[in-house]
Amino acid sequence: MAKQIIKERRLQDDAWKIVALVDGEAPFDVCLPIGPLLVPLAVWKAKKACLIHREYEHGTPLGIWLAPEDKVEDIAADIDDFTVIAVHFPKFADGRGYSTARLLRERYGYDGEVRAFGDIGRDQIFYLNRAGFDAFVLGEGKSAEDALAAFDDFPETYQAAADQPDPLFRRRVA
Amino acid sequence: MYKYDGYDHAIVQARVAQFRNQTERYLAGALSDDEFRPLRLQNGLYIQRHGPMLRLAVPYGLLSAPQLRKFADIARRHDRGFGHFTTRHNLQLNWVQLPQVPEILAELAEHELHAIQTSGNCIRNVTTDHFAGVAADEIADPRPWAEILRQWSSFHPEFAYLPRKFKVAISGATEDRAAIQVHDLGLQVVRDPNGEIGFKVYAGGGLGRTPLLGQVVQEFLPWQHLLTYTEALIRVFNRYGRRDNAFKARIKILVKALGREEFARQVEAEWAHLKDGPATLTVAEVERVAAQFVAPAYETLAEDDLCHLAHLREDKAFSRWVERNVQAHKVAGYAAVTLSLKKPGAAPGDATSEQMEAAADLAERYSFGEIRVSHEQNLILADVPQRELYTVWHRAKAAGLASPTVGLIQDLIACPGGDFCSLANARSLPIAAAIQERFEDLDYQHDIGELELNISGCMNSCGHHHLGAIGILGVDKNGQEWYQVTLGGRQGNDARIGEVIGRSFAAAELPDAVERLIGAYLAHRHADERFIDTFDRIGIEAFQSAAYTQTRPHPHQSRRVANG
Repeated sequence: MAKQIIKERRLQDDAWKIVALVDGEAPFDVCLPIGPLLVPLAVWKAKKACLIHREYEHGTPLGIWLAPEDKVEDIAADIDDFTVIAVHFPKFADGRGYSTARLLRERYGYDGEVRAFGDIGRDQIFYLNRAGFDAFVLGEGKSAEDALAAFDDFPETYQAAADQPDPLFRRRVA
Repeated sequence: MYKYDGYDHAIVQARVAQFRNQTERYLAGALSDDEFRPLRLQNGLYIQRHGPMLRLAVPYGLLSAPQLRKFADIARRHDRGFGHFTTRHNLQLNWVQLPQVPEILAELAEHELHAIQTSGNCIRNVTTDHFAGVAADEIADPRPWAEILRQWSSFHPEFAYLPRKFKVAISGATEDRAAIQVHDLGLQVVRDPNGEIGFKVYAGGGLGRTPLLGQVVQEFLPWQHLLTYTEALIRVFNRYGRRDNAFKARIKILVKALGREEFARQVEAEWAHLKDGPATLTVAEVERVAAQFVAPAYETLAEDDLCHLAHLREDKAFSRWVERNVQAHKVAGYAAVTLSLKKPGAAPGDATSEQMEAAADLAERYSFGEIRVSHEQNLILADVPQRELYTVWHRAKAAGLASPTVGLIQDLIACPGGDFCSLANARSLPIAAAIQERFEDLDYQHDIGELELNISGCMNSCGHHHLGAIGILGVDKNGQEWYQVTLGGRQGNDARIGEVIGRSFAAAELPDAVERLIGAYLAHRHADERFIDTFDRIGIEAFQSAAYTQTRPHPHQSRRVANG
């Protein structure tokens, strides 16, 4: 069975593979398997030409994944090259990825897929979605059905965010 | 006060349903302790020594009489008939049962009450001046801004998993009564030469292990930009605050590491992208919220009520209470009354359900039905006609709410400490009780005069010990409780962190040590000098030598000294 992710509020098959550097591995030396890949920022920087070549020669879409500490600013110039930008949550309590997603959407106007993966589950979905994520690979053992219900946890929200450009006070009807 | 509309109700009720679902999954074993922890904390639920502790929010310290009665009712039915008001306006219940918490929150939601973000690494309850709206030195009422911030910070999707907690305080008066300089974000309402409202912004203040005062990052932030600037500032914190060490994760460490100018520059750079965007506040929204904080329908009264003046002359106990517990009001013939939650035999800030109901009754009869919680852990009736003060005093006394000691040593601040809190290194309450007992004599207390004595059971500093003229901090030495004493701390415009005087004291030594410190003050003071003034004039040395000098035992204390 193909791997499934939550995307556009439903379960979908997913073909993207995550490339990770093993300890001590130089970004340039990493081997790139066939098919669409999410590569770490360091690999993108080291093998940009090679990755872009794959795209043009083989039609393989480009993807990247960012660690919590990676700066969106570092990929700002390349942002439109990516079909998927993924953000890793090694621990759900590390909330830097929420800022990353909002910046991608609201500052850089990125309209491709923004994917959250790692230690996330139903209790993070609502905020992740508001911050601009539209695809979710849940942590080990997390129920996808449960998570799908979380998109509707709140009927209204006070603040502007990636999902809603206007704060409630600009929309409030007395 | 602010009344929920359909949107506010729907949002708070959705939170109740969400937390009910989370609690059910936890109890069914579908959520681990680690997964449930941040979720319950963001609903104010701790697991403490005696089981769960539930911290209920009192947004910017303001309650209606029915809301306070609801607290009383919850405390009676779900707890042991009392609650503890904290230094951040909130109410803590210490004996609730986890499976009942969703039901408690559902009942509270009907009264526009909740426990949203009263803990956890998120934006916490916004606090303010307990005399907001009635103080003569007010530049503008801070409560509408606090409510605007409450809404903006509630369920903020980007800031639920910050490096550490984030506390905001706002003052609208020339004298800061909200301790804004020791908050992660402190806002001082100011006016520009054209009379336009703005905020002087302090960032990076905080107590705890590394006490620091906030740094000014904006001299004048026009009100329209309150939310966009705050969002930029917290985003810088979320992205760059330390996450490798919980003790270095507050924004104060980031501000200190970068320096004020560089931090302000980074916030400014971030803000440049958000400024004038959709989150810019509108006149319509500010007016909508401000309209809910309009002054109540005051009567036109004489500056002085003759009957009141007569009672003052004739009843010494009453006049003593008025001197300490009644504060001036900007409207002629009105006064603000502090209902003291401090007296020997009860933990500072504790109120029984009966006391909460009595305070609610008093508010309804004499103060337009509203009550405030002060960060000194007392309750305030902000709008009492002078002619009713004598009656209010009698009724407050009957309810045990009239200790005439506001601002005196008995009005000390203390956290719940090791008796309740699992973070504490030492107990606070027995120390508070021993000091209150030692200084119980009212004449003695009034002779000593204004003195802030603050006690924290650990470095987290919930008892604000750094800000006490006398600060007491519980420390653990090889499994034993010891207490470190600091002097010279103060809150307000001239906020300062106290200095450690020397080696720590054992619990049994502490009342004597405090008495020796006060003895040094009494021996050195000039007429009308407060403890803190004498301290500033003569310096710490005279107090140090007094604190560690063994004097003849106090007549009431010979037993304890003989034992020690």
